[in-house]
Amino acid sequence: MAKPVFIVVGGGLAGLMATIRLAEAGFHVDLISFVPVKRSHSVCAQGGINGAVNVKGEGDSPWEHFDDSVYGGDFLANQPPVKRMCDSAPGIIYLLDRMGVMFNRTAEGLLDFRRFGGTKHHRTAFAGATTGQQMLYALDEQVRRHEVEGLVKKYEFWEFLSAVIDGKGICRGCVVLNQIDMTLHVMRADGVLLATGGPGVIFGRGTNSTTCTGTAASAVYQQGVAYANGEFIQVHPTAIPGTDKLRLMSESARGEGGRIWVPKDVKDKRAPKSIPSSERWYFLEDWYPAYGNLVPRDIASRAIYKVCRDMGMGIAGSDMVYLDLTHIPRADLDRKLGGILEIYEKFVGDDPRDEPMKIFPAYHYSMGGIWIDFDHMTNVPGLFAAGECDYQYHGANRLGANSLLSCVIGGQVGAATMIRFATGLGKRSDTVPAAVFAAERKRQEEIYTKIRAMEGKENPFVLGEELAETMRNNVSIVRENARIKQTDTKLLELMERYRKLGVTDRGQWMNQSVVYIKHLWNMLELARVIALGALARDESRGAHYKPAFPERDDAKWLKTTKAKWTAGGPAFTYEPVDISLLPPRVRKYDVDKKAAGPAPAATKAN
Amino acid sequence: MSDATVKVRIKRQESPTNPSRWEEFTLPRLPMMNVITLLLEIQKKPVTAQGNPTSPVAWDSHCLEEVCGACTMVINGKVRQACSALVRSLTEPISIQPMTKFPLVRDLVVDRSRMFEDLKRIRGWIPIQGTYDLGPGPRLNPTEQEAAYDLSRCMTCGCCLEVCPQINPRSDFIGPAAISQARLFNAHPTGQSNAAERIEALMEPGGISECGNAQNCVRACPKEIPLTTSIGEMGRQVTKHALTTLLSGK
Repeated sequence: MAKPVFIVVGGGLAGLMATIRLAEAGFHVDLISFVPVKRSHSVCAQGGINGAVNVKGEGDSPWEHFDDSVYGGDFLANQPPVKRMCDSAPGIIYLLDRMGVMFNRTAEGLLDFRRFGGTKHHRTAFAGATTGQQMLYALDEQVRRHEVEGLVKKYEFWEFLSAVIDGKGICRGCVVLNQIDMTLHVMRADGVLLATGGPGVIFGRGTNSTTCTGTAASAVYQQGVAYANGEFIQVHPTAIPGTDKLRLMSESARGEGGRIWVPKDVKDKRAPKSIPSSERWYFLEDWYPAYGNLVPRDIASRAIYKVCRDMGMGIAGSDMVYLDLTHIPRADLDRKLGGILEIYEKFVGDDPRDEPMKIFPAYHYSMGGIWIDFDHMTNVPGLFAAGECDYQYHGANRLGANSLLSCVIGGQVGAATMIRFATGLGKRSDTVPAAVFAAERKRQEEIYTKIRAMEGKENPFVLGEELAETMRNNVSIVRENARIKQTDTKLLELMERYRKLGVTDRGQWMNQSVVYIKHLWNMLELARVIALGALARDESRGAHYKPAFPERDDAKWLKTTKAKWTAGGPAFTYEPVDISLLPPRVRKYDVDKKAAGPAPAATKAN
Repeated sequence: MSDATVKVRIKRQESPTNPSRWEEFTLPRLPMMNVITLLLEIQKKPVTAQGNPTSPVAWDSHCLEEVCGACTMVINGKVRQACSALVRSLTEPISIQPMTKFPLVRDLVVDRSRMFEDLKRIRGWIPIQGTYDLGPGPRLNPTEQEAAYDLSRCMTCGCCLEVCPQINPRSDFIGPAAISQARLFNAHPTGQSNAAERIEALMEPGGISECGNAQNCVRACPKEIPLTTSIGEMGRQVTKHALTTLLSGK
């Protein structure tokens, strides 16, 4: 029997880690990516990667990391995979260190760690404030090494369109598009891993990169792959306002001592530095004395939203608050946060070492994603997922600096499972009849033929903006059922108007409009999963907050949402969360974890 | 010129084999606008300043915060990232064209794959023995880490190649970016084990001896990487290696 071959889709951290593991085991990998892998969205991760190495003698441990992560995720994550992630974290950081990631050091030459949200420990290893970029580069370099050895073949500026699923329901490969010459191809494999990132572009302006449309996840969802916890969307508390993107201002700014405040008097017109400390309101420190500026992201975002929108206390009544670093010595700022301060300087024009930054929350991350088992296989055998596109590790709210970690562990576990699955396959993909591949290719060709022939009046990019606006306004920090229902009506209207699109680009070469139109449909499908999942979940948990249902309701809602595609829209089922290691307890950050008290009476999973 | 609008000239070319042309656009001025926003406005309404319908401009971009290197293009004659090119700091009409030292794909998109091939040439990786849990890496003092970090921020954007007179159709010069990466890996305690391979790669045709010392690269680098220092350092390593090889009679 032929040796198994594999496909990895996506060249961010998860995809590259999986590729390395597969190549290291001697298998050939075809690596497909929208962009040259070194430019993947992982470069945008700034603050660091968590691992309980306990270098500061604070009594930190992987169990403590696990407890913080499950608690931070409001008990929605299945606990065994989170435990595995936290147990593996120190080893992963050491591995990256061996690969040459330029993590900051202590004077003794050891790895340095800083604080991040949702924990009391220095647990975050960091490379300046461009940790994601540095980690991505290290993995990119190791993949290049395997490429030179002939085990990896990259397909950059290529796009995954759909899985090829045979008559027995097994994934045997995929259909791909070369975005340069616009040709379609089929690829065979004995395991396909999607490491395709999050769906941020559905919300338009946010912290995500331009290709983060969730198109691959949506494509397989429409082929019968379950999508889990779609309604859990993280809004990052601190982003820089902008017209094309809301650039992230890392949580590490607060980890290194940054403070959030507004003038006590909203009519105070003075420059921020002339406002004395007694006339500033440090509202996070005021409301959450135990964690202060380092409360988890959902809590901080809601607080900023409340200050600006409900209380009208934003800077001069605007949608902005100060993030202040000016009390920290310049040399420390340059060494530990240089990368992000440079971003603020370049895009806003002010030096955050001298002037407090003005920030507001922005769409950042999807905790939800493709449903996978604990070993990263989807409900379609042979199809796997890892990284932000899966749902496994972060529950209802991700802690900062856990995403880079979940990408690496996901790639590692996913690759091991792929090898196990493929070597146990009775029949390899090379024995699958060509007709199975040809049929899926034909289905994709027909979609593109239709798109190319679109001659209506609607502009696809305008439709995309309307989609983003309705999602941002109604399915974000604060959710009300009436407005979510209106949003779904709007989504159905956009799906109708999609049929009236016109293609303004008739080019046969790198036609970005044609590519975008396909993504747009996939975004609309996924937007309904997010919106209707949020509508159904009548409780507040982590990032999902409904003022009409302000409490977490474990009796009814301690369960994972699973969306299955139907022609009439997503059909939802729910499955129990594995809480076998840590009983759920009340989540609050105004007091220390130990003081937060025991669980309420009804905490049993159903 | 109206304050409500921005005038832009963009060099267009439909494919590598089509002829190029310039198109003008008059676009709405928005607060905090950058060159990416201008291109996004054209997507929504692809009509030239003269009122003629056209296709949206093809361009390469990704992170939009100057860490991925994708959106590099020549703006008002200067090679830079479009995301960090703020309209309020640019002279108008703004001229936008693709980089000239790489094969053109379409409009503002060029093919920079040679830069990734160059990283293969210099064996740009740390030769670790496997990705399993084998304990911590070598200790580094903070000074070494900080120096290496400055080099490791190279985002393969191509600005340094674009401005280098030695990068031209008659030369196969590897260029500053890859030379600086060789320095990064040669400085790493584990990377040192195959330093000779990198040095020898830089001694091949198209290697470090092709540098003409114009020093444009260091001025063009958006990440302020000390490229000329890297070239100097690798030059010294090459000389030392050549002498050692000569003296040992290998």
